[in-house]
Amino acid sequence: MTESTHNLVDSAASADASARKATLWQQLLRNPSVLIGASILALMVMMSLLAPVLGTMDPSEINPAWRNKHPGFEHLKTFADGSEAQWSYRLGTDTLGRDTYSRVIYGAQVSLAVGLIVAVLSIAIGLTIGLVSGYIRWLDAIVMRVMDGLMAIPGILLAIALVSLSSAGLGTVILAITIPEIPRVVRLVRAIVLSIREEPYVEAAISVGTSLPLILIRHVLPNTIAPLIVQGTYICASAILVEAILSFLGVGIPPEIPTWGNIMAEGRVLFRLFPHNILYPGIFLAITVLAVNMLGDGLRDTLDPRMRERI
Amino acid sequence: MFGFIVNRLIATIPVLGMVAIFVFLMLRLTPGDPAAVLAGDNGTPQQIAEIREALGLNEPIPVQLGIWFSNLLQGDFGQSYFFKKDVTELILLRVGPTVALATTTLIITIIVAIPLGIIAAYLHGTWIDRGVMAFSVAGFSIPVFVLGYILVYLFALEIKLFPVQGYKPLADGFWPFIHHLVLPSITLSVIYIALIARITRASVLEILNEDYIRTAYAKGLKPTKVLMKHALRNAAVPIVTVIGIGIALLIGGVVVTESVFNIPGLGRLTVDAVLGRDYPTIQAVIIVFSFVYVLINLLIDLSYSLLDPRIRY
Repeated sequence: MTESTHNLVDSAASADASARKATLWQQLLRNPSVLIGASILALMVMMSLLAPVLGTMDPSEINPAWRNKHPGFEHLKTFADGSEAQWSYRLGTDTLGRDTYSRVIYGAQVSLAVGLIVAVLSIAIGLTIGLVSGYIRWLDAIVMRVMDGLMAIPGILLAIALVSLSSAGLGTVILAITIPEIPRVVRLVRAIVLSIREEPYVEAAISVGTSLPLILIRHVLPNTIAPLIVQGTYICASAILVEAILSFLGVGIPPEIPTWGNIMAEGRVLFRLFPHNILYPGIFLAITVLAVNMLGDGLRDTLDPRMRERI
Repeated sequence: MFGFIVNRLIATIPVLGMVAIFVFLMLRLTPGDPAAVLAGDNGTPQQIAEIREALGLNEPIPVQLGIWFSNLLQGDFGQSYFFKKDVTELILLRVGPTVALATTTLIITIIVAIPLGIIAAYLHGTWIDRGVMAFSVAGFSIPVFVLGYILVYLFALEIKLFPVQGYKPLADGFWPFIHHLVLPSITLSVIYIALIARITRASVLEILNEDYIRTAYAKGLKPTKVLMKHALRNAAVPIVTVIGIGIALLIGGVVVTESVFNIPGLGRLTVDAVLGRDYPTIQAVIIVFSFVYVLINLLIDLSYSLLDPRIRY
């Protein structure tokens, strides 16, 4: 092959690839589920990042004079620099006089971060275990028995038990939510590995002496990306929910840190009189989880069309 | 068939064994002296010494594991120094409300979800179908406790139709028993209905494309008969499988729902045990829930040949 034909083939191949890429993006943008889910999620992320400039005050500032106020309550507030202004508690206050609006906005930071970190961690750990155990037979038997055992323990229960083992903190909670998610990722990756290793191109790679790590990275890994993105989205949704549940039950993130679950846990006691402390964080929580789930459904339909026929 | 049952029974043993080993290691891997941890914050030195003796904590780990297994097989979960009771006794006291809640939830779920799924599949592509699917996605996204409080607010505080909280045992009469269970069961069933309606719709939809469905219509059967006798019967295996897998969701939901509605069941016990760092109780609850989960799924596996005579072992 001459130099020029080489270039020709190369550019043709890359044009083909970019065309395919474009259609994938177009497909994603045409999917209403992806569009709605991603937009809501983007709004939530922006809200959490812009929390300090959204008319909030310090979410941990305790003000005994303004305890248990209904949404819309106004009073003259003295700021740290001595100036005074009319301050409106848009979503009321809690039993310690903290501003619920500020707490809900700042709470988004923790909830979204937990969702993201748990998704990334469980995918990374599950992918590593799945890739290795799918290729090493003797290890596979052991790993799968351990995973079966872990999966037999209902997820929330396992997370609650793991939290109880260590001192309460953000790290403990993230780890406790991550561990029950790992077996599902391992099973998914392993199933893909088992089907890919029989493919002719893997056989060809083995026959020309490609090393095992290289086969895993170059031939097996790319096949796991689409299903793992979908799985990761669902894990993110479930992690946000489980974090809220743990905090709500009083076994999660320490109560000083404003999270949606913690605000609701605080609001439990006086729920009959002041339902807003459960209602507003609850709405934000439900909308966020809904957005992530919709994004997941849309991604599944576009990235993994075979799944659509099954579910 | 008999061989299959035996095989399936044997296959659950390593799973249950792994759960037991995991729960055993959970306590051993925590920093500090397990005996002191088990005795709780108010444990006396004498109690700690007793626990050390009873668990054989001075022995090597494999021997400890042996003692743990033999105690487990005798149904002995040790002492709760937090509740000052035998853990087994404690669990037996609390199991009633949880079984009642789970049963009513399961009944509501099946009554609502399966017809919902069949209708959505039959009216595939219409707004009713889209409505069911939207409900299904939403049902997965609303946290159990938020829904619980919304229902309490609407149906117990605003319209005083149901009690706000609490539990009445069946011994106090059937009506008070059910009256107290309505709101918690509906709360808990929503996520489960979302799951089952979705899988019912998907499985029935798949079956509706089969040739024998066209034949059934062609020979003049009514749609209801085709759906119930031909479609649902053939779609039963995946639906029942997901009902079994969904038990994990139900167990997680029980823990939360019992806390919201102040029901003195196993879920409430779990939370109290975690808050009190009562490890023998935490261990026992995990083992009990996991064993129930695995056994229900075993029974479901065994029921396949009843549901679908084509499946023979």
